Amino acid sequence: MFDFLSNYDDPSLLGAFWMTVKLTVFSAVGSMVWGTMLAAMRVSPVPLMRGFGTAYVNIVRNIPLTVIIVFTSLGLADIFGMTMGAPDDFKVQGFRLAVLGFVAYTAAFVCEAIRSGINTVPVGQAEAARAIGLSFSQVLGLIVLPQAFRAVIGPLANVLIALTKNTTVAAAIGVAEAAYLMKEMIENEAQTLLIGAVFAFGFVVLTLPTGLFLGWLSKRLAVKR
Amino acid sequence: MKLRKVSAAAATALVLALTATACGGDDSTDSGSDSTSTSGGGDKIKVGIKYDQPGLGLKEPDGSFAGFDVDVATYVAKELGYEPDQIEFVETKSADRENALARGDVKFIAATYSINDERAKKVDFAGPYLLAHQDLLVKADSDITKGTDLNGKKLCSVTGSTSAQNVKDSIAPDAQLRENSGYSECLAGLQSGAVDALTTDDSILAGYAAQEQYKGKFKLAGLKLSNENYGIGVKKGDTATVDKINAALEKMVSDGSWETAVKENFGPADYKNEQAPKIGDIVK
Amino acid sequence: MSSVLYDAPGPRAKRRNVILTVVFVVLLALLLWWVWRTMDDKDQLEWSLWEPFTTSDAWTTYLLPGLANTLKAAGLSMVIALPLGALFGIARLSDHRWVRGVAGTVVEFFRAIPVLLLMLFANQVYTGWPGISAEDRPMYAVVTGLVLYNASVLAEVVRAGILALPKGQTEAAQAIGLRKGQTMGSILLPQAVTVMLPAIVSQLVVIVKDTALGGVMLQFTDLLNSRGTLAANYANVIQSFVVVAIIYIIVNFIITSFASWLEQRLRRGKKSTGAVLGPAAVEGTAATGAGGAFGGIGIGAGDGGGGGGDSGN
Repeated sequence: MFDFLSNYDDPSLLGAFWMTVKLTVFSAVGSMVWGTMLAAMRVSPVPLMRGFGTAYVNIVRNIPLTVIIVFTSLGLADIFGMTMGAPDDFKVQGFRLAVLGFVAYTAAFVCEAIRSGINTVPVGQAEAARAIGLSFSQVLGLIVLPQAFRAVIGPLANVLIALTKNTTVAAAIGVAEAAYLMKEMIENEAQTLLIGAVFAFGFVVLTLPTGLFLGWLSKRLAVKR
Repeated sequence: MKLRKVSAAAATALVLALTATACGGDDSTDSGSDSTSTSGGGDKIKVGIKYDQPGLGLKEPDGSFAGFDVDVATYVAKELGYEPDQIEFVETKSADRENALARGDVKFIAATYSINDERAKKVDFAGPYLLAHQDLLVKADSDITKGTDLNGKKLCSVTGSTSAQNVKDSIAPDAQLRENSGYSECLAGLQSGAVDALTTDDSILAGYAAQEQYKGKFKLAGLKLSNENYGIGVKKGDTATVDKINAALEKMVSDGSWETAVKENFGPADYKNEQAPKIGDIVK
Repeated sequence: MSSVLYDAPGPRAKRRNVILTVVFVVLLALLLWWVWRTMDDKDQLEWSLWEPFTTSDAWTTYLLPGLANTLKAAGLSMVIALPLGALFGIARLSDHRWVRGVAGTVVEFFRAIPVLLLMLFANQVYTGWPGISAEDRPMYAVVTGLVLYNASVLAEVVRAGILALPKGQTEAAQAIGLRKGQTMGSILLPQAVTVMLPAIVSQLVVIVKDTALGGVMLQFTDLLNSRGTLAANYANVIQSFVVVAIIYIIVNFIITSFASWLEQRLRRGKKSTGAVLGPAAVEGTAATGAGGAFGGIGIGAGDGGGGGGDSGN
């Protein structure tokens, strides 16, 4: 029944899902960093930075991810010559470009998750902290962030799961991940239903435990108010 | 309170309905029953072409279609008894061609459709009406002159095309392959230096190279890497139509229309075409 | 301005803010200058590449038909997904355990799978399906994929909308002797629809964005796909991307603004139950794959961000 799987070795089924995992992990780390920076801008006291953060989030969130990913390849790489340190290896280049695109896109959602987390902390908490003489960094580090962080786990988990599923868009620029292999298989093999089931199962395995674990964690750590 | 809710709900419903219907003006052509009207030889004929290949089949800015395939299709349709205003051109992407014929969505297809054994199992071919060759398009100052020069170079082609893979398999195993969604994307990459060569049929390449924005920037390498016999695809088993189209193609060559169409479409591209092929004479 | 993080700035903070502003302006200017320089270097700023977009032909032949297809697919998906979603959302609240179980499994399954996989699968199933021509197939596949996924998301929205209503509504309905179906149909659902309207409208943004997948992967002739045909004519890859991205931004911005307007309007309605599922509510449901495990559906938690609260799909 699964004979056809042995016809595919570039990528193989496991190789393709491993690529999906790699895309997810690198993009998640990158978008955490860039998203936190954006969130810092959006809550900063400098109006211009707030404006930039707001504009970035609202623009990026309204563009289809597909447009962004295809643009990294056709625009950034081909026209602007941003070959991500791999001008001669299209496979490596495609992977890095896809990660860049995912980071640019996902960061907007990370930013919003973090910002909403900060907004859940009642102003009174910070005012009380300032009243007893804590400095800005103490207010942030001891009072606001520990509470915000707990509130952010749930929304961030959603972003992470959405990202896992979104990595399939990388197939649009030829990155050999799960959706790319599925397209190839489903067009060439007769067992449409079986192939669909195999790939669906793969994603259920990738997303469900993550969702359950992080959901449990966010509930456990939730600040009781 | 009630009014406010109702008005808000109505506004949403309106927007949803608008998005669904305002753009659904051409719904009537979507229904499956429509496809049957083409097979009856009614007052319209559906013909499959390409929309994005300058010189062969291109959707022009004014909504009309131009190119050698389009001219051949128009001539053939005329011989089948359809005036140009009775022809409805349909875009048939490479991967969809066999399926569109088998289902009867289109009467015939003239869309850079090379005759080969695998395809001949699924559809019947009339023609060939043009002999093209796989070739390379390179920058005007490029030093790529033969296939083996491609080793270590970056070669561009479109998704689903086998021409790049052929080059890698049989001529230049060390070439890097890049697949884009369309040839114009490959050309943009070629112009900026992101890729070194673009490969597909010389007839297609010539059309792109002749576009105004690219004039003088690229050249064909002139390698005949393969023979591509363009045929007109017809539903498997429809030999009556194949015969009629073959007769039409013969007439097109003999009355000089073929030569005119070639000059008109490939002339500006400076494409040295092969002589008109004989019907059924497939160059391997 | 004062916020949770900082007080109204004093003289020192004001000076620091000015310095930060200047540094940021310089950085932004450098970035813009680099983009402009690179574009210029690569001859991408030439007017002949941008000029086509000032002609009506480029719009009427390529872009507008593409946009029409995008909106058509999105509208169809929403119209079909909404009743399906309502059905599954209500089923998840059923008193019968097996109904809850089946509905829950279906919803969780389709939310755990990338919408692209659903589209690819539908596209293959429809190949050779009688009644679907090769021309229409991509649209059918795109709509099918979007319906399956968004019906599951909307099911969660509907469920959250119904749960957001005060318990007294159900109790009162039961007290006057309404049956379960009557309670749902004439008491809970009509109120829940109002509660979740903003969330539903902003889900439309997610749908519009996802149609672009079909344009690249299934050759659905949507806005993104017609960009390719356009670029084949005018040889302007970058320029067409910029224009298409702007069109998407405008369309989605209009939908998003409409959702926020709707939310504020509904929130102001004094005599309503006061529960409103803002656009941000979808965040809790969009892509968890873990279902109610979160309970993180932010009722009325819209912080005025006004953005579609989708988790990046």
